[in-house]
Amino acid sequence: MLITCPYCGPRDVIEFTYQGDGNRERPQPASQNLDAWNAYVYDRLNPAGDHNEIWQHSGGCRAHLRVVRNTVTHEILSTAFARGGHKTEGRS
Amino acid sequence: MAEQHLPERQSPLEPEYHPGSHGNFEHGVDVILSETRPGSILQLAAWPGEEKRLIEIIRKVTGLALPDGAGGGVSSGARAVFGFAPGKFTVVDEAEGLAQAFAGSITPAIGTLTDLSHGRTAIRIAGPKAEWVMAKFFAIDFTLPAFPLGAGRSTNHHDVFAQIQRTGADQFDIYVFRSFARSFWKALCHASEEVGYEVQ
Ligand SMILES: [Zn+2]
Repeated sequence: MLITCPYCGPRDVIEFTYQGDGNRERPQPASQNLDAWNAYVYDRLNPAGDHNEIWQHSGGCRAHLRVVRNTVTHEILSTAFARGGHKTEGRS
Repeated sequence: MAEQHLPERQSPLEPEYHPGSHGNFEHGVDVILSETRPGSILQLAAWPGEEKRLIEIIRKVTGLALPDGAGGGVSSGARAVFGFAPGKFTVVDEAEGLAQAFAGSITPAIGTLTDLSHGRTAIRIAGPKAEWVMAKFFAIDFTLPAFPLGAGRSTNHHDVFAQIQRTGADQFDIYVFRSFARSFWKALCHASEEVGYEVQ
């Protein structure tokens, strides 16, 4: 499985670390909304198909990435920096 | 200013550093391995949006103009610079004291400077089979069009993190953690045996 890092280009999956479901929305740290915290910690879509995920290129540039992966075929549909602001052009 | 007396740096490779020809070299040496021992190895990082200012500072201090694009870099012999992550650059100088040369110019609003001169070991692999040996270690494309002269790459070999710069058509400089350097060096020597290698 190859993941194309927006900075480093295509790399083996062994260089990346899965950081979890990218659909979660973290409540504000001071939030006392227990339902929101419960959803953040436990609720997962668990789709058979395209899935928003957060990965880190931990064995490369160490950037955190937004990745869309198909959980059935393992096809990587898109990758982007998790944080905006860096407009560095990646290698194709 | 008083002359600085810095302690002489000891190489972590020393017990396994054996100058001369080794391995299968009857038909010639196809790879040359050496430790370049630069005096300064710095890591510079720009905050988001400050990359251009940092690149300009690097140009002023080192005289090296970074090309555009991810992993771009340039080397001049005594000095080298390359991008290894978004907004982050490794800057190397044969001489000690490069951190002092940057002092004051990288303000907290622009970014940070970390002096890794004592924390990294620089290993050079050169020769007609350098690409071949490197390809056994790292799962990246080492051909010249994919990995141009001066460019940098961040990758790893069995969890030994490595920054690699192409400093010649058939030459690469590899920066590894000092604590892993001897182990990495031994593996590199073993991998070079089949092509015949010389340690300089
Ligand atoms: Zn990367």
